[in-house]
Amino acid sequence: MTQRTHRGDTAGNDAAVLDRDGLAALIAGLSAAGFSVIGPRIADGAVVLDEITDIADLPAGWRVDQAPGRVETRPADPDAPPHLFDTVLPAQGLKRYLYPPRRRLWQADRDAAGGWHLSDEDAQPPPALAFLGLRPCELAAVAVQDRVFLEGPYADSDYAARRRRAVLIAVNCTRAAATCFCASMGTGPRATAGYDLALTEIPDPDAPRFLAEAGSDRGRALLADLPQRSADPTDRAAADAATAEATRQMDPANGGRAMIGDVADLLRRTLDHPHWDRVAERCLGCTNCTLVCPTCFCATVEDETTLDGATATRWRRWDSCFAVGFSYMHGGSVRREMSARYRQWMTHKLAHWHDQFGVSGCVGCGRCIAWCPVGIDITAEAQAIAASEER
Amino acid sequence: MDDLSSLIDPAATPAGDDPMRPRPFRIARVRKDLADTFTLYLTALDGAPFAFRPGQFNMLYVFGVGEVPISISGDPADPAVLVHTTRAVGTVTEAMGRLKAGDVIGVRGPFGSPWPIEAAHGQDVVFVAGGVGLAPLRPAILAVARHRERFANALLLYGSRTPEDLLYRREMPVWRSRHDIASHVTVDRATGRWTGRVGVVTKLIRSGGFDHRHAVAYVCGPEVMMRYAVQALDAVGVTADRVYVSMERNMKCGIGLCGHCQLGPHFVCRDGPVYRFDRLGPLFDIWEL
Amino acid sequence: MEQIRGIDSLVREHPFCQDLDEAAIALMSGCAKNEQFPAGSMIARENQPSERLFLLRYGTAALEIRRPGHDPLIIETLEAGEILGWSWIVPPYRWAYDVRAVTIVRAISVEAGCLRAKCDDDHSFGYEIYHRILRVMANRLSATRLRLVDLYAPPPRAARAP
Repeated sequence: MTQRTHRGDTAGNDAAVLDRDGLAALIAGLSAAGFSVIGPRIADGAVVLDEITDIADLPAGWRVDQAPGRVETRPADPDAPPHLFDTVLPAQGLKRYLYPPRRRLWQADRDAAGGWHLSDEDAQPPPALAFLGLRPCELAAVAVQDRVFLEGPYADSDYAARRRRAVLIAVNCTRAAATCFCASMGTGPRATAGYDLALTEIPDPDAPRFLAEAGSDRGRALLADLPQRSADPTDRAAADAATAEATRQMDPANGGRAMIGDVADLLRRTLDHPHWDRVAERCLGCTNCTLVCPTCFCATVEDETTLDGATATRWRRWDSCFAVGFSYMHGGSVRREMSARYRQWMTHKLAHWHDQFGVSGCVGCGRCIAWCPVGIDITAEAQAIAASEER
Repeated sequence: MDDLSSLIDPAATPAGDDPMRPRPFRIARVRKDLADTFTLYLTALDGAPFAFRPGQFNMLYVFGVGEVPISISGDPADPAVLVHTTRAVGTVTEAMGRLKAGDVIGVRGPFGSPWPIEAAHGQDVVFVAGGVGLAPLRPAILAVARHRERFANALLLYGSRTPEDLLYRREMPVWRSRHDIASHVTVDRATGRWTGRVGVVTKLIRSGGFDHRHAVAYVCGPEVMMRYAVQALDAVGVTADRVYVSMERNMKCGIGLCGHCQLGPHFVCRDGPVYRFDRLGPLFDIWEL
Repeated sequence: MEQIRGIDSLVREHPFCQDLDEAAIALMSGCAKNEQFPAGSMIARENQPSERLFLLRYGTAALEIRRPGHDPLIIETLEAGEILGWSWIVPPYRWAYDVRAVTIVRAISVEAGCLRAKCDDDHSFGYEIYHRILRVMANRLSATRLRLVDLYAPPPRAARAP
């Protein structure tokens, strides 16, 4: 049995070690406290975020490999170390939970006097969700969306409510997919902020365990009740080595992927660059990249009326700047060329986001690269523009 | 771990101050201005006054049809009545044009940046309007009229398609006679018994009537018209740091959260629609931005 | 003498002649006289020989195209400070449009044959005059093209939002 110590008993020591029973206790404890636990699991041949009730729901024994235009989910090698979290990233992050793809904004009814009035919204709070297994890039994405939805002149009250009720439990990355470039974006592979708890998986065949670090009072309270032992230097060294391996894999010197430096300034001065036309020759405008992007927030509204015309409902729905109608003004769309739409997405993400929100809109998760049907690679496109400028 | 349920934030979504929920206003009066343009006079159902600054806009909602951004055209000194002059150019504005006095319309706003008329204090103030672009300038013209003594010359240069398309025809003589705000009007195509100027609005800029060294210009009209008006202003010496324009883009939320109105780094709904031109200028030269 | 000095200074004051050197002012003035047209009168007629360049000093003149069964279509109005007529510089030297005085119009009227002869004699003077006429033509062409855009037209119905 794991020795039980309480977080408060080891003042100054931020880390504890959990074994798999400890992790199971965390899931059970969150459920018992009223949270739905959302974590990675295998569904339809891919890793998705979904509700889990047991440690057995986690994708143990599975491995996901990603490359431009390719995501492959397959059983792990039989002799690989025993990972619970070797699936890197789910297809979509937690954006869809905090910022649902479709949400009713309000409903209105006609009244007898010929006017209409908004019906009172039911004051039901959104579900309380505990996310388990979030990657550091996803935490960074949540921080980016916090800036968009909570820290501007107008806040999104629904996002705010969902966010307040969300518990974020990260798992630091010990392996980078071929599409990952968080190291160059400063968002991973180890989480530094924004989590309640951060776990580092130490796939020791003899003693598979997690280094657990609390990042908030809520995290400390959660950790306190779990079967655990204090972390010793060996545990910390093993965790450090594991995440350092992911950093090493992303190093371009080792064939890894990185975003070029100063990409924001580069793009601000190359809005007229001919390279946009070359990307447009390949881009299908399918909107996959904006759907899987954990920070993309563009939305449209839809009006729906009952057949008798008595009730009107207004919905908010995710939209994409790759849609021709996105920039529609009376008479026509502003961005009719594919090159203009790709440029809008990439320059917004990497340059204008800084102007708007003070941070990059890209966290280096690489989903847009993996899920692009033709494998357009945002890091390679940035590099191509930079290279042509040097010539 | 029962005590962990206290970790769940109990707060529900507050709906009352949600900027996405429209406020119902009753149409007090409808005035047909032109064949395709009309003015709605609105009063809030809750009776609360509607304060705004010249140049700001509202999202107007027609029940069951949809919502569109429309500039406010009323007098900022009269917050009891909300005035919108609108041209029917799409599904929502056409439906809006069919509404009658007594009907209810949804209002979200006011949103966006104002015309900074104080920038013209002590100087000549020049309004350059094209077509229905006069509607968003009207609150600024009324604000100048109210404090006329704070400005030197005041001038409206107004270009329209035909004489039949001129907005606020009865008001312009009042602005001139009562407030010493002169109107120079030109049409692209003379019709009927029109004896006024025929030519493009930029020509009015070249013909002067103001001190280019001490003038501030407020320009509103179709984007093409504004581009050439800014060039004409620059040619006579009114530099871009003394020229303001009002931009138009697709808008769904009005509060910088839907992304549709982006123009480079700007959210036109939130950072605009009114911009000092030198802060926007280079972006005008990028195609399909 | 009095009258010649008078034309001199009127020519010098006209924006078309701004910063023209004194020799050029003298050459212009030598071909110039004052003219006045009552409101409603015709200043020129389409296809008639174009024997004048007018430097408008007061009032509004309208370029018109006659249409059977309709009022004439005013295609452009010209005002004080502008010039009227450049047909005199391009063969076959005939007016392209009717020109009507909308208000009373006062103008410096420059005899075209005289001015052409001086341009031929003195190429640097001619270059200066051609240059200035070209600037006016360029501005008018741009303005005309802008009007071709039909800036304030309603968006075409087919392109409207669903």
